[in-house]
This record gives sequence, structure tokens and C-alpha cells, in this order.
Amino acid sequence: MAETSTAAARGTRVTYDFVTRTIARTLGNPGKGYFALLGSAVALLAVGIGCLLMLLRYGLGLAGYSHPVYWAVYITCFVFWVGIAHSGTLISAILFLFRSGWRTAVYRTAEAMTVFAVMTAGLFPLIHIGRQWYFYWLIPYPNERGLWPNFKSPLIWDEFAIGTYFTVSTVFLIMGLIPDIAAVRDVATGWRKKLYAITSLGWRGTNEQWRHYTRGYLYLAALATPLVLSVHSVVSWDFAMAIVPGWHATLFAPYFVAGAIYSGVAMVITLLVPIRKLFHLEDLITVHHFENLAKLCLLTGLIVSYSYCVENFTAWFGGHHAERAAFWYRAFGPFWWASWTMNICNGILPWLLWFKKIRTNILGLFVISIFVNIGMWFERYVIIVVSLAGEPFERFANATYNPTWADWGIMAGSFGWFFMWFLLFVKNFPAVSISEVKEVLPAPSRGKALHA
Amino acid sequence: MKLTNPLTAIFHPPPTPGVLGVFAHLDATVDAIGKLRQGGHTDFTVYSPIPRHEIEDALDQPVSPVRMFTLIGGIAGCAIGAWITLYMSYDWPIVLGGKPVGSIPPYVVIMFEMTILFGALATILGILFNALFAARRLGTVAYDARFTNDKFGIFVPCEPARAGQVETLLRGTGAEEVRRA
Repeated sequence: MAETSTAAARGTRVTYDFVTRTIARTLGNPGKGYFALLGSAVALLAVGIGCLLMLLRYGLGLAGYSHPVYWAVYITCFVFWVGIAHSGTLISAILFLFRSGWRTAVYRTAEAMTVFAVMTAGLFPLIHIGRQWYFYWLIPYPNERGLWPNFKSPLIWDEFAIGTYFTVSTVFLIMGLIPDIAAVRDVATGWRKKLYAITSLGWRGTNEQWRHYTRGYLYLAALATPLVLSVHSVVSWDFAMAIVPGWHATLFAPYFVAGAIYSGVAMVITLLVPIRKLFHLEDLITVHHFENLAKLCLLTGLIVSYSYCVENFTAWFGGHHAERAAFWYRAFGPFWWASWTMNICNGILPWLLWFKKIRTNILGLFVISIFVNIGMWFERYVIIVVSLAGEPFERFANATYNPTWADWGIMAGSFGWFFMWFLLFVKNFPAVSISEVKEVLPAPSRGKALHA
Repeated sequence: MKLTNPLTAIFHPPPTPGVLGVFAHLDATVDAIGKLRQGGHTDFTVYSPIPRHEIEDALDQPVSPVRMFTLIGGIAGCAIGAWITLYMSYDWPIVLGGKPVGSIPPYVVIMFEMTILFGALATILGILFNALFAARRLGTVAYDARFTNDKFGIFVPCEPARAGQVETLLRGTGAEEVRRA
């Protein structure tokens, strides 16, 4: 049993009671390291809020937009954060349907990451529109002339997709939490007991409750599975529906979905390494789990690399001069450094994960996961900014684009916002699913052993 | 004369009389369920820290009606998606790119997203309604805090006169603790 391997080495037996106590302990005092991380996250958020206030006061001119690059760092961050969200739903819903046992120890972290990443992503279109106080115009209701939103526009599809994704992933997270909150309610004391008594909604684990719950959870997973594949496809159509060379490709939907899961799995590794250490979860989240995450990363990384090859091949083989020029500009134009960062981090780095030695080295994985995310951020930057900067329709307008402090500040703030919510979550709610980890343990029995 | 709050009966109902057995082992719990069903008990409550197929099989309950919530929610969402896009297009018709005013292919995206959204929300309502709010005698049957940790439990509602018999049955199947509620 993989879950028990580390614990067995230390002489502890992983039982139901051990799981409850280990996870309930994460809700206690987490120590100085946790508060240092939380403090840094809040400080980053403060930087972002400062920049946003300046942007509200003086307008979008503070950001580095220059004709024709009017989609830039904010949209890059939007796509980046939506992408981060995807692996959470992959691990919690798709692997649930595949009945893969190893997901139980890591899926809660991944799912929480999904919700907070979508929360972060949702901020960027609002920041990007400039007059932030008019964001509600996206909601389908007629304006004063009786005009409705244009449902043929991918931007409206996107709003529906992201709105649905946020709602569904949030309720999916909360639904999974209910039995676990009940479990910590029954061992907690003081004000926490009251908090968990309310948030567990009266859960007691009766046969009636489990009967409806397990069915409903199955359907939620079945609904979330096509949703996760659709959301990043719809995000990719924001670009693919336009005729800008470098955007207008049928490849975009699967290419974006694979890239999203690739970056998301990397982010799960980035988050799990410190969380496991800070909250002493080594007995539950083992090297085996990291290795499986690394394999997922390798698989999706290879799909991404393949997409890069196909993209370049099609540009050349298609023979259209604008398309060829766009890809030449991408690789050898003024933004060559961004393209090659992306190619090296996403196309070459995942090959390291073929080696078991690297897959099972947690520090090594942590470093690789950070580089994967840098690469994936640059992928979106290359697709969005570089394609626009090199677009052939207005040759006279070719601009060099330089992000300003307003761009970088708000991007840093988004990381602060994301990590702040995530750290608050893992401190106050069970960061590892109590009931699902128990499900993969052998059930206590007096007679013959009952397998998981 | 002492006035009683009429809501007390709803929010603080009197406890159901019966017997609560605490089990350390899953197979013992399954045995007890079988014995209770043979003995003609039908409305007992089984507690378990995790869902187990052994318990489900022993209880032999019908499939949860949550699936109907999901189905109806999904169909309603799809219909609403089709309705809002087509209605809004024809309410103020504008020809875009020479395409029909109500063109189905782009609207499929909206219909799909609405199917998922309404399906998921209806599923949540189904779970909440069936499992948490509408559960029979919720909060009045005996409970033990260990049931969410590592113990299994069975609560059998019965009159005090028959409690002894149930106690013997639960002990006989391996309950490590039996008490009257």
C-alpha cells in the first residue's frame, strides 16, 4: 500500500484514527514558517492593490499597451491562472471517475487551488477593461436601447464558461469538504467546534446521507469532467476565432487544455512541497504521490511539446506568408528570449521527468515545477503579445511592447492574492480529504481482511 | 402558566427512543445489519466514517433519487441556454458577418455551459434536500462523535420494552459498546 510506505518506515500504522488525527492537527498552530509565507503573500497583495488603485485613478495608460498590442500582461495572467485551475478539476473529477486511489491524498489541495486560481483569473478581465466599474455589462441583460450581448462573440462564451467553472468547482470543493468538516468537528474544541458544526451542515455519516451523497458526487464529477475540457477550449477560442496569424489555429483547444493541465500539475507540486513540510503530512502525502504527479506533468508536457512542433510545422507547410512571417518573428524577432524561455521550459525540461531518480526527488520536482510555470506564463505571453506585436495587417504600426510597473505590480499582486487564500484555506479546513484517504485503506475487520 | 415556544417542537424535537451500538469492525456491522433485517427491523440508521459497498449491499436500498435532479437540471439548463441565445438574437436582430440572426453553432457553447451549470446546481440541491434537510428524524437519533473517525454505528429505534432484545442482538454480532437512548 503506497499510502502506508513512509509511515511503515517510521513504525507508525496508518489507521482511520491516525488519518483523522494527522489531518486535524493541520488546523492547530502551524508555526512561524506558515506565518512568514502568509505575510509575504499579503505583502505582495498590497503591492498589487497599490498598483490597481493607481490604475483606477489614472487609467490604463499606466500599463504598457502600445498599438497594436492591446492584449498584454493582464490577459496573459488571465489565461495563466485559468490554466492553473485546470489540473485541480482533472485530479478531483477525472481521476475520480478513473478510480485512481493515489488522488485521494492530493485532490483537496488541487481542488482548493482550482477555486482560488479561478478567483484570481476572474480579476484580470475586469482590470483589463479599463473602466472597471462597468464590468457588469458582461451580464446578459439589455442596455438602455434594448440591445443584448452578442452570443456569437467568444468573449461572451468565455464569460459563461468561466462563470460556470467557478460556480461548479466551488460547489464541488464544498461538497467534498462536508464529511471532512464533520470529522474535524467531532475532534475539535472551542470556537472551531462551533464553526465546523455550522459548516458541516449536520453531517453524521448515516447510510441515508452517504447514499445520496455518493450518487450526487459521482454526477458532479461526471459534469465537471466535460466542463474542464470545455473551459480552456473556450478560452483558446478567444484567440483562435480571430484571424491574427499565430492565433487562428484549430489546434488551439487541445493545445491549451494540455498546457493548462501541465502548468496546473506543476503548481500542485509547487504548493504541496511546502504544505507537506509545514503541516507534517509526510505520512499521508508520500513520494509515490509526487511521482504520479510528475508522470502527469510528463504526459501533458509531451503533448505541449508536440503542439509546438505541429504549430510550427503547419505554419511552414501551410505556405501562407503571413503565418510563416508570424512564426519567424516569434522565434527570431525582438521577442526571441520569451519564445526560447517557453521552448526550453516546456519543450525540453519535461524530458527530465523520464528519469525515476528525478521523479522521486522532491526538491528536484519543486525546482522543475517552478520552471514549468515560468515557461507556461511565457507561452501565453508569446501567444498573446508576440503575435499581436508581429501582426502583418498594420505594418507601419509594429511596436515594441514593454510591460511597465503597473503590469508587473498587478501580476505580483495576483500571486499574493492566490497564495493568501490558499494558505488561509489549508490552515482552517482539512487540506487532505479525511474520508477519501480512509477509503483507500483496508477497512477494520475481525475476520478476513477487507480490501480498500 | 408556562408558555412554550411553538418552534421548539421543530428545532428541538424530543430524542427518539432506541438502542445505539458502536462497532469497531466493518464485517461485524454488516453482520448486524443482516441480523436486524432478518429480525424485521427496517428503519434503523447505520453510521460509517466512509461510504462502503458492503454496507450498501447489506442494506439493499433503492438508487438515490439525486440522479433525477441532475437529469432535470441538465435538460432545463440546455433549454434555457437555447432560449436566451435565440430569444436575445431575435429580440433585436443584427446581422453579424452575414450569418443568420439565430445561428445555432456558436450558441451550442452557451447551451453546453448552461447544461453543466444547472445540472451541477440541481445535483447540489438534490443532495442537500435528500441527505441533509429532509432526512427523517434528523438530529433526534443517538449519535457518537467517533462515527466520523474510526467507528461504525447502528441506531435501532424501538420501545423500551423491546430494547433488551435489540441489545442482545447487537452484542451478539460484535458491538463493542451498546447503550440505550
